[in-house]
Amino acid sequence: MTSPKSQPRTNFVAFKTVLRKEVQRFMRIWLQTLLPPAITMALYFVIFGNLIGSRIGTMQGYSYIQYIAPGIIMMSIITNAYQNVVSSFFGAKFQRHIEEILVSPVPLYYVLLGYVVGGMCRGIIVGVIVTCVALSFTDLKIHSYPITFAVVVITAALFATAGMINAIFARKFDDISIVPTFVLTPLTYLGGVFYSIDLLPEFWRSLSLINPILYMVNGFRFGMLGVSDIPILYAFVVAVGFCIVLGTLALILLYRGIGIRT
Amino acid sequence: MFALELRGLCKTYANGHIALRGVELTVEKGDFFALLGPNGAGKSTAIGIISSLVNKTSGSVRVHGIDIDDDFPRAKTVLGVVPQEINFSQFETPLEIVANQAGYFGIPPGEAHERAEEKLNTAKLWDKRSQPSRNLSGGMKRRLMIARALVHDPKLLILDEPTAGVDIEIRRSMWRFFETLNADGTTIILTTHYLEEAENLCRNIAIIDNGEIVEHTSMKDLLEQLHAEVFRLDYDGDASALPAQLPVEVLSDHTMEVRLAAGRSLNEIFASLSSHQVIVKSMRNKSNRLEEIFVRMVSNDES
Repeated sequence: MTSPKSQPRTNFVAFKTVLRKEVQRFMRIWLQTLLPPAITMALYFVIFGNLIGSRIGTMQGYSYIQYIAPGIIMMSIITNAYQNVVSSFFGAKFQRHIEEILVSPVPLYYVLLGYVVGGMCRGIIVGVIVTCVALSFTDLKIHSYPITFAVVVITAALFATAGMINAIFARKFDDISIVPTFVLTPLTYLGGVFYSIDLLPEFWRSLSLINPILYMVNGFRFGMLGVSDIPILYAFVVAVGFCIVLGTLALILLYRGIGIRT
Repeated sequence: MFALELRGLCKTYANGHIALRGVELTVEKGDFFALLGPNGAGKSTAIGIISSLVNKTSGSVRVHGIDIDDDFPRAKTVLGVVPQEINFSQFETPLEIVANQAGYFGIPPGEAHERAEEKLNTAKLWDKRSQPSRNLSGGMKRRLMIARALVHDPKLLILDEPTAGVDIEIRRSMWRFFETLNADGTTIILTTHYLEEAENLCRNIAIIDNGEIVEHTSMKDLLEQLHAEVFRLDYDGDASALPAQLPVEVLSDHTMEVRLAAGRSLNEIFASLSSHQVIVKSMRNKSNRLEEIFVRMVSNDES
């Protein structure tokens, strides 16, 4: 066998293997991975959209259910992209089958890419499922396909990478639920999923601007509805900036062997 | 060029524990090599460094002439490792596990499937290929790890206690398999606590204790270091009249031990026993020869 250094094709095969394994994993357990978000988000649409939303009236020119639909879809993408990588990579560490990859010549940046793209696949598939659920409650139009698609891909990549960093540091099962429960969920709920930050007092509005999820939710809302609390360019700058920072951090951690080598 | 060359290999863990203290070790290509040592001696740390699961503190490792600091990915292409602990996904099937491993080595899916079939057949696991691996028996799990380690046809195979917890019948069939692999040109490094296994299979040996190599020689030379062997004899007759200078110790009415110094013949003992109407019915080594040397070396070192 020739050197992987001179064989990008063999590295690509290895990447596809990591990716296929990731996709097979969440498809095999679809009852745990794909179905629950569909049910949870359907409940959001019933309660916040139909029951409460009908009394709220319009928001930025859209009915409340139409206004929150992009936020709910984005919330499911964020949660599932993150959850897929954090549970899969930590599971691989816990059961020690991460060693299968470590003893092989596949470069670690391909390993990161395989896990992240796997997480993106789950996030996007769940996003499509939740969109179908949303369509059964209300009409949705797409204001800009390129912006919608780009925001989804970048956000899924960002939170899949964040899940990887969480998994790298995690030593026990508690560690993979602390960040989603105490950081990710509050940030998502306070990230303008259910409201426009224009409704907030000035202090809380300003504070909301340091929440990165706000930019992605509003970027996606702009792609679908054409309305946003923040300029779309800012949304891309923040999302891409976080992607680069977290991607670099994940690579540094992997190459230093943090959490995977003794 | 050696199959494996360790020079001044040191490992100090973050908690200050020194696992390896300048290990010097060479393994010739084609060798069947035993790396023995008590628990905690540093065997698994050394194997971990060679296979990239443990970061070394200092020193060098060359696998088939490739320095892991220069090109670890290429070194890994010639290396297969069977670890001590089960380390595959319990939710995947044997076919998925072995085919995925081929994929990590850059083998395309079609060929990966063919190789997985071949290796699983060799490991007598093909009929279990679609079962969740958690349902396999302990011996099957070990054979699965061997099949997985061989899927990219490594030139150097490291077996870290491959037969631990395996029944004697399967162990012996695994020995035959390892011998065939070695005869076909694969260099094998074996760590084991079954010293009979090492004595039967390996041509050269190193003993590691407290992070240092305390012996590195051929199995033949090592066994010749024994100054005496102890045999246990089952006999009929009256042993009470045996001469005092005969190196025997009567244990019961039908059992005695003979301590045979190096260079002395068993024939002399038998002749003497026979002349006193003591009939030897059966004979066996009291302990494994390698075990005796091993215990001596390790306990010397401890003192």
